[in-house]
Amino acid sequence: MGIRERLSGNEASATAMKQINPDVVAAFPITPSTEIPQYFSTFVSNGQVDTEFVAVESEHSAMSACIGAEAAGARAMTATSANGLSLMWEMIYIASSLRLPIVMSLVNRAVSGPLNIHNDHSDAMGVRDSGWIQLFSENNQEAYDNLIMAHRIAEHKDVLLPLMVCQDGFITSHSIENIELIEDDKVKEFVGKYKPEHYLLDDKNPMAIGPLDLQSYLFEHKRQQAEAMKNAKKVILDVAKDFEKLTGRKYGFFEEYKLDDAEIAIVCMNSTAGTAKYTIDRLREKGIKAGLLKVRVFRPFPGEEIAEALKNVKAIAVLDKADSLNAAGGALYEDVVTGLYNKKLSIPTVNYIYGIGGRDTKSDDIEKVFNDLSKIVKDGKVDNHYRYLGVRGDK
Amino acid sequence: MPYNHKEIIAEKPSRFTSGHRMCAGCGAPPVARMILRALKPEDHAVIANATGCMEVSTFIYPYTAWTDSFIHTAFECTAATLSGAEAAYKAMKRQGKLPEDKDTKFIAFGGDGGTYDIGLQSLSGAMERGHDMVYVCYDNGAYMNTGIQRSSATPKFADTTTSPAGSVIPGKMQSRKDLAKIMVGHHLPYVAQTLAMGNFKDLYEKAEKAIYTEGPCFLNVLAPCPRGWGYNTEDLMQINKLAADTCYWPLYEVVDGKYKITYKPAKKLPIEEFLRPQKRFRHMFKPGNEWMIKEFQDEVDARWQELLDLEEMTNKE
Repeated sequence: MGIRERLSGNEASATAMKQINPDVVAAFPITPSTEIPQYFSTFVSNGQVDTEFVAVESEHSAMSACIGAEAAGARAMTATSANGLSLMWEMIYIASSLRLPIVMSLVNRAVSGPLNIHNDHSDAMGVRDSGWIQLFSENNQEAYDNLIMAHRIAEHKDVLLPLMVCQDGFITSHSIENIELIEDDKVKEFVGKYKPEHYLLDDKNPMAIGPLDLQSYLFEHKRQQAEAMKNAKKVILDVAKDFEKLTGRKYGFFEEYKLDDAEIAIVCMNSTAGTAKYTIDRLREKGIKAGLLKVRVFRPFPGEEIAEALKNVKAIAVLDKADSLNAAGGALYEDVVTGLYNKKLSIPTVNYIYGIGGRDTKSDDIEKVFNDLSKIVKDGKVDNHYRYLGVRGDK
Repeated sequence: MPYNHKEIIAEKPSRFTSGHRMCAGCGAPPVARMILRALKPEDHAVIANATGCMEVSTFIYPYTAWTDSFIHTAFECTAATLSGAEAAYKAMKRQGKLPEDKDTKFIAFGGDGGTYDIGLQSLSGAMERGHDMVYVCYDNGAYMNTGIQRSSATPKFADTTTSPAGSVIPGKMQSRKDLAKIMVGHHLPYVAQTLAMGNFKDLYEKAEKAIYTEGPCFLNVLAPCPRGWGYNTEDLMQINKLAADTCYWPLYEVVDGKYKITYKPAKKLPIEEFLRPQKRFRHMFKPGNEWMIKEFQDEVDARWQELLDLEEMTNKE
């Protein structure tokens, strides 16, 4: 079962979009996600999809057009990176507050400035409080699988929130790896038809959307959005169960790698998890009990579940591929620590800001983090919680 | 069929209801109401509206004055938003996801701030892409919703809160952008400039043409603002008439590149007639400021002559 292929992360994402066959794709070119609309417009030109491709004049218009399309009753998708997402920012919030289950492929890249086209997670972190579901992907397979599951999650009646599937720019978007694709008809059946309850093109029940929403109602509407994000947790797991039945591939909020008996653990997202697994295997050969928790679902944040999974380790390093520039710590770190605190777990936890602007993160770097953790366990103290990995001028 | 105002009002109930909260004497509601009357009663419409006076006064949760489907997202992206809805319509119609016997029309409304300025890129993009939609700019010549700030549609010398007529700088010092001509530069099938005058014939007929011409069409409609312009609310229709009779706001249409002036005043009135009733131009009438009125008149004359020339030039055999 499944189709063996060799695809880059961008090709895999475009393939998923082809199989999903959305009604509207509106996108604007930006490195490193450009290939996705490129591949997709080829599918449109060759009649392989039923989609209306809207080649907009900016990312702001890409998200605006997706909002218009989704509100009209269509399935709408887009792809972008970094500054493209920054330009969309205003519309990102509007998409989620209008409860439109738009799906985006976000190929993570450093947000300017100065200009840099390479990978970090500053783009995704910039919209972490926008009410979008955020799924992270270690490799091309996960980017593909997450997209296939996306609409089922986003469009669920208890959720109705937009969703972005993140993957690392160039590192996975442009690397060709083996992948197992699902047959077209099985994807079609799995994703299902989009049947919105209210939509602009329903001439029998005209709808007005996007009001002036003042003191009397906005708070309740935001509260409902927050509830939808909570509801998404169950839906994400339910969809993952169905996906496992279809493919045999198992997904949860996060992946645990050799975490059962681990004494020291790293928490990270996207492709760095691959490097961490490789490093952990080498350390395990030396008898060092290292483990990994790779976060797949960053929004909604499974803080309680993460804390539960980490409860037996003796020291934790949370790796953030975006600096919050807040003199306190990265976003993933702060969320993990909150989860631990709420569970009354007082495990020494440190934060490493790493890989900014595409700075390569090698297994030696990961090994250094584990060495630091071993020292924390041995010494029983943490001198600095907010650290940097692989930057010049830092110890 | 010749235009019959009474029949249209009788046979086509307003699709824009009363009870909205636009100001008395505002030029925008009659414009919206009349444009929607140009829809065939059997057609459904999706209306998009830029943030601005019209949006915040007609759709305050949980009330709406719009009987058709309506979407508002933000200030600068109404054309892009509506283009997405139109793309959805095409795709869904093609796949048989919508009833075959029902037509939906797409109409965007934006003020001059949301159209000439912050929304110009989005408008240009949507028009260039050829979406089957009408974009209506209701031009009141400033950011009225936020309290009368100058826009690129504000006429020269107008006193606004960000181009105040001071002792050194006498109001806005730049000329008004000519948006209709920018739209003509997009080679659209139909571009027109109009206003609500007399029995609304000019406005209605242009709206009908714009809605039922396939492809992207643009209407620029003057919509006076009693607060920003400083006229008495009951004088709205008189102000509109003066805008046309002084040729400050020429009424014309451009069909596939051919200009046609749809109203040539029998007697072109001096620009003072239009300026005098408006507080925003009051400083122009102070002794010693005659040069401002002359300069304003010269510009109106030059633009009118240019239009006459364009009409002649584009209609040559």
